[in-house]
Order: sequence, then structure tokens, then C-alpha cells
Amino acid sequence: MNWGWFHKLASPPHAYRIAGRLLPWFAWPAGILLVIGLYGGLVLAPADYLQGDAFRIVYVHAPGAWLSMSVYATMAAGAAIGLIWRIKLAHAVAAAAAPVGASFTVLALATGAIWGKPTWGTWWVWDARLTSELILLFLYAGVMALRASIDDRDRADRASAVLAIVGVVNLPIIHYSVYWWNTLHQPSTLTKVAKPSMAAEMLWPLLVMLLAFTLFFAAVLLARLRAEILLRERNASWLRTELAR
Amino acid sequence: MSRTTALSAALLVYRRDLLLAQRHWGQVAQPLVFFVMVATLFPLALSPELSELRLVSSGILWVAALLASLLGLELLFRSEHADGTLEQMLLAGQPLAILALAKGFAHWTACGLPLVLLSPFVATAIGVPFDALGTAMLSLALGTGILSALGAIGSALTLGLRRGSLLLGLLVLPLAMPTLIFGARAIDLSIHGDSARGPLLLLAAMLILAVTLAPPAIAAALRISAE
Repeated sequence: MNWGWFHKLASPPHAYRIAGRLLPWFAWPAGILLVIGLYGGLVLAPADYLQGDAFRIVYVHAPGAWLSMSVYATMAAGAAIGLIWRIKLAHAVAAAAAPVGASFTVLALATGAIWGKPTWGTWWVWDARLTSELILLFLYAGVMALRASIDDRDRADRASAVLAIVGVVNLPIIHYSVYWWNTLHQPSTLTKVAKPSMAAEMLWPLLVMLLAFTLFFAAVLLARLRAEILLRERNASWLRTELAR
Repeated sequence: MSRTTALSAALLVYRRDLLLAQRHWGQVAQPLVFFVMVATLFPLALSPELSELRLVSSGILWVAALLASLLGLELLFRSEHADGTLEQMLLAGQPLAILALAKGFAHWTACGLPLVLLSPFVATAIGVPFDALGTAMLSLALGTGILSALGAIGSALTLGLRRGSLLLGLLVLPLAMPTLIFGARAIDLSIHGDSARGPLLLLAAMLILAVTLAPPAIAAALRISAE
């Protein structure tokens, strides 16, 4: 098999061009599906008999929470590839993904708190999901802070890659320990409200929103990757000719 | 002339670090004093009633131990990085992960172990009953081991950075949260007269995991930082 195309991907000029070409193919479906999903979720889906209209925030909350974790996995995969095969572009992907993942985590936390007010009666409970989401935000903060405080780019890349991988190994431990801690301290009635089994007319907008958010992440990642390549290659001659075109 | 094996090299590193800790015992004592001070803050802030303090004593012990061990991490690689010993370790031709493990264990002997030995006195002062002191020491002994291993990764990553110590807390604390959960839980169960076997076994499992997986990560981080 010819791996030429694959090695080409790792070169910044090609990645810059391919990312630019792929970007609309993710951005447009994301936008369209977002509109469909929101219409399905906010208008077509019936109100929940227990939570009323408040449940509708799930259409933003659940995709945010799903992406907060899968972006971390993306970041760690990029970090591992960059560290093992010394591909600088993979580090650029990890660098581009971190702030996006942190934003999704903040989104999941904020919508979780807003959801908590009508269903639990308080903005914040030390629910296992919310707590592990909060710790995930701390992990993102650590990776981003480490990258920001090292001036040498190569060292920043590799140091934050090590941290991202250590974080991925720790994530399951953190997740299960928080669940274990939570079930010992709190009645489990609260968590039952958070995950109702869904009717089909409520479920399909959620699946559409999940897909829309994932495509949106892909589009944002491509755009941020292009910016990251511009930043890293700002003195390269190919960029001069590329931008002059 | 015989070749130095990895084990004897590790033993040399361990002995060297302990000797250094002994010569600079003032530095080693600082985290311990900090541990006692943080534990003192809680009665002042909450209540002098031992019965009330007992309810949160497991948390106080563990938060104080966590912060103190964070402070102790400063001593781990800093002087080696400054005086070039670290480069010698990298060039020694010995597996760096083994040397890192030896350094981590030396750090635990110098910082973690004294804290464990000091903990019964602090624990008694905040209302932990006599019967729970053994569990408290065991949970802190296992936990500080995990913290030394995790902290060594963070310490190696932040070597030579400006405001490195502030960053160190940001990196290590989220990773240390499971340890805090199980460690405090073990003491809490023991205070209420229950068996603390479950969380202690989990702590031991996490310690084994940390001791096996952390050294390669520490070695990788040291290589990156020493370039």
C-alpha cells in the first residue's frame, strides 16, 4: 500500500490546504443539522411529564458533555502520535483541540447547573457527573497552563503531550472514584432524574444534536488547526507564496 | 572493573538523596511544619469542639497532607536540575525510569514517611479516636506514596519554569483527587467504627498502578525538561 498521501498529511503546507478544503464540508452540515436538531428539540418534541420544558436543555447539555470527553481523547491521541512518531502536526492538533474541549466542558457544566435549578432546586449539587466534569475541566486547565508557560514550542508540545497522556490514564480512575464517592454520600434518587429513558420523539433531536455538535467540533478544529499552522510556520517561505496566491 | 547494575545505581541514587535530605533537614522539615499549620487552621476557622472537628477530621488530615506533599515536591528535582546532576543521570547509561523510581522512593522516605509518623499527633488533636489512628497512618502512608509518584511527574514537567510551583499545583491536584477520596473515606469509616478495608485496598491498588506506570512518564518528562 502506498502511504505517500499519509506522510503528505503530516507536512504543514498540505495539512493547511486540506484543512481549508475540508472545512466547509463539516461546517455546513453542522449548521444545517444544528437548526434541524434545535427545531426538533425545542418545538416538535413534547414536554417531559416530570420536568416540563426544563428537560429541553438536554439538547445542549448532553452533546456538550459527550464532546468534553471525546475532545480530550482526540487531544490525547494527537499528543501520543506527536510524542511517539515525532509528528509536529499532531502536536498542533492537540494544541488546537484543548481550548475547544475546555469550552465544551464549561458549556456542559453551565447547562448542568441551569438544569439543576428547576429539577433539583439548587444550582449545584455534588452529583457524580457534574463533579467528574469539573475535574475534567481542571485537567484541561492543567494542559493549557503548562503549554502556555513554556516558551520553547517544542518543549511545550512534548511536555503537555506527556501530561495529556497521564490525564487519559487517570480519567477512568477519577471517573469511577467520583461515582463511588458519590453513591456513598448521596441518595441515588437525584441521579435517576438526570437520565430518564427517552421516548423516540424526544430522542431523535438529541441524536441529531450529537451529530451536529461533533461536526461543529470537527469544523472548529480544522479552522483552529489552520490558525495554529499559520502561527507555527509564520516564517516559512511556503506560507508567503500560499498567502500571496 | 565491574559494571554498575541498574539496581545498584538505583540504590546509590536513593542513598545520595537521603544523605542530602539529612544534610538539609531544615528544608525537609518545612512541609511538615506546613502540614501542622494547615491542620491548625481548621479548628480556628470551624470550631474548637472536638466532637464537631471529628466529623470533618478525615478531610482535614487529607487536605493538609495533600498540600504539604505538594510543597515537598519542590525538593524533588530542583537542585539536581540547577547543578547539573540531572544531566549526569540522563547520561549515566542506566534506565532513567529506575533512577526516577529510586528518587521518588527517596522523596517519599524523606517527606512522606515523616508526615505519616507525625500524623497521629495531629489526628488526635482534631478529634480522631485512638482506635482509628492506625487506619489514618496506613491510609496516609499508601496515599503519600501515590502523591510522590504523581507529583514527580508534575515536578519533572515544570522543571526550570517561571512560577513552576504554582503550575505544579494546577497539574497535580486534579490527578490526586481519587487518592483524596479513598484516603479520607478510609479514615472516616474507621472513625465510625466500620472496617476500612475497601478503600485501603483500593489505595493499595492505586499505589501499585502509580509505582509501575509513573516512572516511565517521569523519565519522559525529565528528558523533555533537560533538553
